[in-house]
Amino acid sequence: MTLTAPAITKSIDARGMACPGPLLALIGAIRQGQVGDVYEVISSDAGSKTDIPAWIAKAKHELVTVMEDDGFARFIVRKAR
Amino acid sequence: MPARVVVLGGGVGGTLAANLLSKELGKEATVTVVDSTGMHLYQPGFLYVALDQANALWLARDERTLLRKQVELVVDQATKIDPGAQTVSLAHASTISYDYLVVATGSRIVREAVPGYGDTHDFYSLDGAQRLREELRRFTGGRILVGVAGIPYKCPPAPVEFVLMLDEYLRKRGIRDKSSVTLLSPLNRAFTIESASKLVQPIFDRQGVGLSTFFNVETVDAEQRTVTSLEGETAGYDLLVLVPPHRGAAVVEASGLGDAGGWIPTDRNTLQHTQHERIFALGDTTDLPISKSGSTAHFEAPVVASRIASFVRGTAPKNAYGGRVMCFLETGGGRATSLRFDYAHPPIPPKPSRLWHWAKWIFNRAYWVTVPQGRVG
Repeated sequence: MTLTAPAITKSIDARGMACPGPLLALIGAIRQGQVGDVYEVISSDAGSKTDIPAWIAKAKHELVTVMEDDGFARFIVRKAR
Repeated sequence: MPARVVVLGGGVGGTLAANLLSKELGKEATVTVVDSTGMHLYQPGFLYVALDQANALWLARDERTLLRKQVELVVDQATKIDPGAQTVSLAHASTISYDYLVVATGSRIVREAVPGYGDTHDFYSLDGAQRLREELRRFTGGRILVGVAGIPYKCPPAPVEFVLMLDEYLRKRGIRDKSSVTLLSPLNRAFTIESASKLVQPIFDRQGVGLSTFFNVETVDAEQRTVTSLEGETAGYDLLVLVPPHRGAAVVEASGLGDAGGWIPTDRNTLQHTQHERIFALGDTTDLPISKSGSTAHFEAPVVASRIASFVRGTAPKNAYGGRVMCFLETGGGRATSLRFDYAHPPIPPKPSRLWHWAKWIFNRAYWVTVPQGRVG
């Protein structure tokens, strides 16, 4: 099996940006985007680990993967509708 | 020959950057501000106008009076930036050339981006705030919804401040028991900063202010008086107040210098355009996922001015933007808290108190003689 990383449409580096924060930045990007677009959000906010998956589930988009790094996490999200 | 520095936009960031550049570089540079109206608006005041706490007169000043006399002011609409030729086209005058360009054109309100927006109320322009004030004066009770119809938007705490101050306003008018007030939050809590959200949630509970979470307003049906979220929920209202969608300036979009929302791709530390090193951006104009607020522009302007001065002199730039933002959050009842943070330090808001409310009031009043001139840092 080969794993192909999806092509990122837009990367949002929200590390250290408490306000408006990583999730609002993601919602804003998804609102501007097209179905199938893939977004990378880089967040150092611990709350993102629950907030981002919760919104994606509610808004019915797709959380492709979460990658933990040193002090931050990368969320890969696909706009599904 | 002196370096030519052109600043587009005479808001907080553009005015302060121009004044600091003129002061620092003196005869080493000419500094020109291009502003489409020549009037400087103090936008944080819109909230107070809408809620009948302030007169609109103190919110506008002639931009010329805020600029050092050595700074040239051109009142005209910038229509196109050509980064190759290093020129800016103007609607009514000839093209001007620059060696360094500061784009401080801010946000543009695009109410038409929301289907059904129509006569929906907001406090994101002076006209809008005055219209909402009149509507509230006529209001005798009913369901009030306050929501967010686009991201990013200016002043992230504004919807929270508005509902809490609206609660107080309705109580003073004696119609609070005939009204419901609900905040439609884009997030799963009242406010984006969790620590601040924890401070305001008990106030929502105590005052009976409702909260609907993960409700990002997508469409309005003015006939049925309903609003629908992109998450798929619908709510009914008698009075709807929305934060309208924002985009970057038309000149940025027309020049192909912005992203999908018209925001300039900007380095988070140097505040330079990521593709054009002679173009700087600050305030709302950038694509940085940081607060679109006067405070952000205020703290970015000295970095932009310092870095341009270094380039003009051929020295290594020393200052970098560290993400500093400071703002107040009104919590109703004459109380407020404050939010201070940067890239390395998350905010730790103090308990809401009268002290911060008065600090905000004094800041609002003293703005005209402090911020544009760089007297507070």
